[in-house]
Amino acid sequence: MADVNLPDLTPAMPEILLAVAAMGLLMLGAFSRDGGEAAALRVSRQVAMLGLVALGVTLAAVLMVAKPSAAVTFEGMFILDDFAIFMKLFVLVGAALSLFMAQSYLELHRIARFEFTVLLLLATLGMLLMVSANDFLGLYLGLEMQSLALYVIAAFHRDDVRSNEAGLKYFVLGALASGLLLYGTSLIYGYTGTTSFAAIADTLHGDGALPPAGVIVGLVFVMAGLAFKISAVPFHMWTPDVYEGAPTPVTAFFSVTPKLAAIGLLLRVMLEPFGSLFGQWQQIVIFISVASMVLGAFAAISQTNIKRLMAYSSIGHVGYALIGLAVGTREGVTAVLIYMVIYIVMNLGAFACILCMRRRGQMLVNISDLAGLSKTSPAIALGLAIFMFSMVGIPPLAGFFGKLYIFLAAIKGELFTLAIIGVLSSVVAAYYYLRIVKVMYFDEAAEPIDRDAGREAKWVILGSALLIVIFFLIPGPLVSSASTAAAALFGS
Amino acid sequence: MRDLPILTLVTFLPLVGVAFILSVRGDPLMVARNARNVALLASVTTFLVSLGLWFGFDPAGADFQFVEKAAWMPALGLSYHMGVDGISVLFVLLSTVLIPVCILASWESITVRVKEYMIAFLVMETMLVGTFCALDLFLFYVFFEGVLIPMFLIIGVWGGPRRVYSAFKFFLFTLAGSVLMLLALLMMYLEAGTADIPTLMTHDFRPELQVWLWLALFAAFAVKLPMWPVHTWLPDAHVEAPTAGSVILAGVLLKYGGYGFLRFSLPMLPDASVMFTPLVYSMSVIAVIYTSLVALAQEDMKKLIAYSSVAHMAYVTVGAFSMNVHGIEGSLLQMLSHGVVSAALFLIVGVVYDRIHSRDIATYGGLVHRMPLYAAVFMLFMLASVGLPGTSGFIGEFLVLVGAFQANSWVALLTAIGMILGAAYMLYLYRRVIFGMLTKDALKKITDLTPREIAVFAPLVVLVVWMGVYPDSFLSIMHASVEQLVDRLAAAQADVALSPLALR
Repeated sequence: MADVNLPDLTPAMPEILLAVAAMGLLMLGAFSRDGGEAAALRVSRQVAMLGLVALGVTLAAVLMVAKPSAAVTFEGMFILDDFAIFMKLFVLVGAALSLFMAQSYLELHRIARFEFTVLLLLATLGMLLMVSANDFLGLYLGLEMQSLALYVIAAFHRDDVRSNEAGLKYFVLGALASGLLLYGTSLIYGYTGTTSFAAIADTLHGDGALPPAGVIVGLVFVMAGLAFKISAVPFHMWTPDVYEGAPTPVTAFFSVTPKLAAIGLLLRVMLEPFGSLFGQWQQIVIFISVASMVLGAFAAISQTNIKRLMAYSSIGHVGYALIGLAVGTREGVTAVLIYMVIYIVMNLGAFACILCMRRRGQMLVNISDLAGLSKTSPAIALGLAIFMFSMVGIPPLAGFFGKLYIFLAAIKGELFTLAIIGVLSSVVAAYYYLRIVKVMYFDEAAEPIDRDAGREAKWVILGSALLIVIFFLIPGPLVSSASTAAAALFGS
Repeated sequence: MRDLPILTLVTFLPLVGVAFILSVRGDPLMVARNARNVALLASVTTFLVSLGLWFGFDPAGADFQFVEKAAWMPALGLSYHMGVDGISVLFVLLSTVLIPVCILASWESITVRVKEYMIAFLVMETMLVGTFCALDLFLFYVFFEGVLIPMFLIIGVWGGPRRVYSAFKFFLFTLAGSVLMLLALLMMYLEAGTADIPTLMTHDFRPELQVWLWLALFAAFAVKLPMWPVHTWLPDAHVEAPTAGSVILAGVLLKYGGYGFLRFSLPMLPDASVMFTPLVYSMSVIAVIYTSLVALAQEDMKKLIAYSSVAHMAYVTVGAFSMNVHGIEGSLLQMLSHGVVSAALFLIVGVVYDRIHSRDIATYGGLVHRMPLYAAVFMLFMLASVGLPGTSGFIGEFLVLVGAFQANSWVALLTAIGMILGAAYMLYLYRRVIFGMLTKDALKKITDLTPREIAVFAPLVVLVVWMGVYPDSFLSIMHASVEQLVDRLAAAQADVALSPLALR
């Protein structure tokens, strides 16, 4: 057996654990079903609980395998460095919180099935692989694993037309994006002869001459595919429809973890294999960033559905995060990481508030349904107001510091025009965030929302609101760990 | 006494009050009463503590005093750095005086959501005081911008019929200005390698960079001040805000602009300030004359006072950019005086508004017959606004004119014309509201000031007369810091005079 060379499995231990857990839960669900709605409900609860445990164990495993130096395994396909660890921690936390909030919504809509948890775990597994990808093949495998699971849970509300539409739309457009990505990869492989990030970097670094045109074309295709995944303009069209149609906890999940993972992937691909082509792709990133910020700001103004509004808001936020990538320095990447982490905290909180919007057992999705919320449910209104002000970027809330680091990086990178467009579109965006505060605080009270709605969501609101408010007291841990993580991409 | 972190105490004591108010539970009436009491107690305590600044301040020193410093974001070199000098200490006191006055003034007029109202005012006090004490660029920005949240809510929740429009306009105008300032602050931080305000005040930025930084800062301060033509948010915000909201808006928030010029634009970017002086002069002169004329035509009392604020704040910019000791001290004193006088005028409107629920000038007339004490108080503040000798307004305007005359006699002349117009609209207002026959039925039963209202006005009356009769108590505090600033500006003026091509 001497010729069998088992790869070092330790760096991938969290992924292995999660994969085993997901499959185990699938078995558990499939074999324990002995008919009846009540039994299915019970199983779904058990599986959700165990799913949370699995995510927790995976989180612990990530912390355990964390080492100061980067580890590469599976013939260079998989890398575990500080950057990957940072991303994995937040991906897992985001996934766990989404799962935590989802159960009561699913039960209310009579769609509580154990498959939800299994699919969510599989999607999370895909994301963990994405942020650890060190090769275009690894990248594609992780991305597809994530996407396929996401297509299904977008349509998880089987009897709902909109949910089906969301799933289908997401699938068709997502498959197109994957195709673009794969085509780009094949071009890059054709011109460089390798799919490994490190080898591509070596090939392109060469003599400083311009790379072959095919590589550039391939790069553009890869960027298009990834821009779709982070819903950046001009590949954003699916976002509002999918956000609106998918069940709300799924939307919360979509707006948080896949976005984080895809941003992580984008950062790594742009900076590691194509770091030396910075001059070529910077213009594209700047364009995408400006377009996303401006569209996110203006298109959201006329929305009446809060989920659609959050979709445009997420497009805008991605635009801001991309400013950091456009800078292309360690400070820039640090800023992106800080921005994204603060963004997911705000977003989870905001979606937790949306999950609480329920009246006589019916979910509410219109902004006008929030009228007078500050009188009927002052705590939720305060929470949502904090998230909205934070998204505008008003100090001392955390959202301001996210923007501060981004603009600091932009000014340092002398991208003045980008910074000015950024701050001005944040003023436009302020209008629609304030509109939500206005509806809650200035308008006359509508009927109160259900008191018992979303017990779990209320914990998430409390936790994220506290984090947003007190971030300015203790910014150190996040900033320094983001900085360490960013350093991993500039290691060589 | 010196070891006590007095600035931190003054800044964050109101938040202790907030914590207490949040913990109040039970019957709504009881909650409202307790919230009022706690808020008043917290703000009065804050004021008493802030008196330590008045007595402990050493007027001989131009440096920052009561300095506190602790690491905040060590990775970026940002610190929690607080301190006051002769320019800022009086604004801290102005804020701590006005907040208890505001709370007392809203004692009966605010009946809904009293708890939230009091919380908003106490949070605002923290932000106001923090802005004037912060000695770190980003700490400053946090306080400067943080004030938007409570003010937005105060206008929007407790305001008049068009409150939503006004609150949005206020928020978006100021936000647009201050995000540009944020970029300038970031640039300054990166260029100088520090966010420490005292260090930056002696840092020499490249002149061509100064131009851009100055314009970005100007965007923020001109909106806050507000200068013509970006003043249009002010009349709306003032008219719709509840009385106490207008008081803080006019009394302290507008001073952010003037303070910003004196703390950032002038000392940090002296060359650009010299270069842009003609622009500031023109905008100020237009503001003085134009808004005074607009004020003459107003039918709404609050709107009239709001326009008069724009005119009065234009004296501040004229004084500040005259770049001599008289002008700058005049502009500081004018800001303090306006802080007290305009606050009092809004309270005066609030008194009759609480009784009749109308701000239209035409609703009133002949009030002197039923409200002699009110008429007397109104007269004092009206004359202070006009600039009668013996009141604070005179000292401020006089010093500004003296300063402006040394710098540019045409500007002084035109500003003086504005002052004459100021007398016209204030006297006209006073005549229509107070004098004449009491013919309107609604006014026949109106009552004079209550003891609570007298308590609200008493401190303001004392301050106006004190500043008017013996301004030296205030001028001596600011003198050393102002001299230092003028020295720095004189050097820049010399530079620009020597190398006119560098900047033109």
